[in-house]
Amino acid sequence: MTAADLYALAGVGLVGLGLYALIVHAHLLRKILAINVTGSGIFLVLVGLSGTGPDAIPQAMVITGIVVAVSATALALALMLRLTALSGQAELPQDPDDAH
Amino acid sequence: MDGLVTQLPWAIILILLPLAAGMACFVAPRIAGALGLLSVVAVLLATLGLGLQLASAGVYRHSIGGWGAPLGIELYADGLSLLMLGITALVGIGVSLYAGAYFTREQAGRFWPVWLFLLAALNGLFLVDDVFNLYVCLELIGLSAVSLTALAGTTAALAGAMRYLLATLLGSLLYLLGVALLYHTFGTVDISLLAGRVTPLPALWAALGLMGAGLILKTALFPFHFWLPAAHGSAPAPVSAVLSALVVKGSFYILLRLWIELYAPAGGQSAGLLFGVLGSAAVLWGSIQALRQARLKLMVAYSTVAQIGYLFLAFPLGGAAGYAWQGALYLLVSHALAKSAMFLAAGNLLRFGGHERIAHLDRVVQRLPLTVGAFAMAGVSIMGLPPSGGFIGKWLLLQTALSQGQWMLALVMVLGSVLAAAYVFRVLGHAFTAAAVPHDPIAVPLRMEWAAVLLAAGSIVLGLLAVPLFTLAGIGGFAGMGASLP
Repeated sequence: MTAADLYALAGVGLVGLGLYALIVHAHLLRKILAINVTGSGIFLVLVGLSGTGPDAIPQAMVITGIVVAVSATALALALMLRLTALSGQAELPQDPDDAH
Repeated sequence: MDGLVTQLPWAIILILLPLAAGMACFVAPRIAGALGLLSVVAVLLATLGLGLQLASAGVYRHSIGGWGAPLGIELYADGLSLLMLGITALVGIGVSLYAGAYFTREQAGRFWPVWLFLLAALNGLFLVDDVFNLYVCLELIGLSAVSLTALAGTTAALAGAMRYLLATLLGSLLYLLGVALLYHTFGTVDISLLAGRVTPLPALWAALGLMGAGLILKTALFPFHFWLPAAHGSAPAPVSAVLSALVVKGSFYILLRLWIELYAPAGGQSAGLLFGVLGSAAVLWGSIQALRQARLKLMVAYSTVAQIGYLFLAFPLGGAAGYAWQGALYLLVSHALAKSAMFLAAGNLLRFGGHERIAHLDRVVQRLPLTVGAFAMAGVSIMGLPPSGGFIGKWLLLQTALSQGQWMLALVMVLGSVLAAAYVFRVLGHAFTAAAVPHDPIAVPLRMEWAAVLLAAGSIVLGLLAVPLFTLAGIGGFAGMGASLP
């Protein structure tokens, strides 16, 4: 097993952790963090699987992915702040159909 | 002149024009309404230009900046892309007409930039040919769609938007993980190159499984539809129309392309069966939930869940002889027109009565005949009655199911139509009768009524255009789309 494989495996582990946290935690900030952990795990898989060779494509993908992740996180945080200000709690209402 | 039309780079215009217009609307919110409508009309014209180009020269390919695959971004347009671009532009026109009268000046300043960004992202999605750029377009669509959902600013809208954002991000991440595995195993992300290289390895199944899971979460296939009713039901009417008509179809389009190019050659029968089962469950569950709703927009949103189920019934049928893909594509297009009309009509009723409780519609048919007419026409297409576009789609699917001896699927299709008739007529019934609690109506601008009527009429007229539409969709020979009809 090479160091690159280890990175890829660690990435898969991060994805698992992130998905677990996304499902288990109700607090929106934790959910947003969980999405970020999952994303980082996937980036690690992308770079790890490509090994140490001179392959630029996975790196280009990860850079693009980071840009997307930053924008998504910004939007999620803004939504969370607004929702908390209006409803007084940083959690989603239990039944989506009751949200009115 | 003829040479000029076929020479212009329409595909690039289709992406850059709404993007530039969106930025201009952001900088100059005063002229956003006029500029937005103008650029959506221009997008429709550019789609026509691309259509002429494809009709005369066949499939379109372009390497952006002269950098081809595997390093650069390749644009690709065939008949299927053209059909999706066309329906996007048509629904876009209707919704833009409506939005011009619907929003206050302040809301309009926020709506137009994001809506044009969404349009650019949708057009981009239908034009790129590699799985990674499809991911980027998916994310752009997701982020702008979530922003539009939150536009109303109420607690319900924000909660719906937040739930939608988490679901859509999770979907894209699963998809991206699949892309990473595909790239590692086959060394490319270009769909045409991948199609030539795929071999049935475990890594391929893992990759396709992850991508498929992400995409059905974004398409809101049962049981992953949990985010859809809240988001589509609480957004402003023109936004709900766009979300139901176009946004969920974007991820379905990717799934369809990947299915034909990658899943089916690798032998995806069991996955097809799974999609068939989930699709059937969606048709039944979505329709029953639609019947149970007290609020009009939630009913229309659950109807979307059911109609998405129909699209997935094509997967178990598509492998053998028949017209399953044509049927699904026809349903997709007519559902886009009918459902946008329905949401716009629901928006009119909400504006008119100040509420959207189905039981309290109070004789709106006399007071808003155009709107109720639009709702009824759209309902005809959703139910699948002739001569609507929905009829052609359902008929092709039903005929294929019967000819292959798939009685269960045929039964689900018929039951879904009966239930659809029940929930549409329930609304129409209340529209004719007096409610116990009368209310003071607010006038609805004529432009908002006509936008709904035009889209609904489009979904009916579509029923008469089957042959030319399939000829167009057949350019490039995607899934035998151009084959002559029964």
